[in-house]
Amino acid sequence: MTRPAGAQPVGDPAAGTRPLLPLLLVALGAAVGALLRWGLGRHDSPGPEVPWVTLAINAGGCFALAALPAIGAVRRSPHLSVLLGPGLLGGFTTVSTWAEESRGLASEGAPGTAAFYVGLTLASCLTAAVAGRLFARSIVGPLA
Amino acid sequence: MTALLVALGAAVGGPLRYLCAETLDGRWPLGTLVVNAVGSGLAGVFAALSLGGHTWAFAFTGFCGALTSYSAFAVQAVDRGPRLGLAYAAITTGATLALCVGGFALAHELARQA
Repeated sequence: MTRPAGAQPVGDPAAGTRPLLPLLLVALGAAVGALLRWGLGRHDSPGPEVPWVTLAINAGGCFALAALPAIGAVRRSPHLSVLLGPGLLGGFTTVSTWAEESRGLASEGAPGTAAFYVGLTLASCLTAAVAGRLFARSIVGPLA
Repeated sequence: MTALLVALGAAVGGPLRYLCAETLDGRWPLGTLVVNAVGSGLAGVFAALSLGGHTWAFAFTGFCGALTSYSAFAVQAVDRGPRLGLAYAAITTGATLALCVGGFALAHELARQA
């Protein structure tokens, strides 16, 4: 059986390593994103108040992920897309810290603040994602 | 040192989330829902155990922080339209908070008995 010219040669050494590259790119991006989140998060006040820094991190990250296709290089490169999307912004934003902050507020005698924080995060992150998508579509047209 | 542990934890949690999403996400984003719920449950457990600074940086800030992702969740919810998107948002919010509270209560009780 003959292969058409230009087809992937059998035993291509790069073929076996290919599924690993996206994982390494996500690991690298997530490490950087988490470091940024950690550096910013230390400015949140420890008291029973709305964790504004986490809220800003999550809402900002939601806008950025939704708007990512606006960058031409991201649309052209799946590797850059994985590095910045599930990698950098996935590691930057967090559900677990938000959930534990909400639980902490409720158990520290501030259930109203906890409910406000839960609702505000949901509303602002969904709004930010809609805004990001609108922004991306205004630049590149309908997204795939 | 703390920064290195945050980065290392995230370098484990992030790819794990990506693998789950690639394997299980479809029209219904099951993989992202699972990692967000599991990561929130673990965050509750770690909070109850009052982990030390270094372990906390690796496990809570790094691993759980990067295993979960609010941005992936919110963009998926928006892309799926009002009906499915709002159902997904409600289930993610309920499941993550329930598991965080449950994880904290369970670990707190076990630590008290130990």
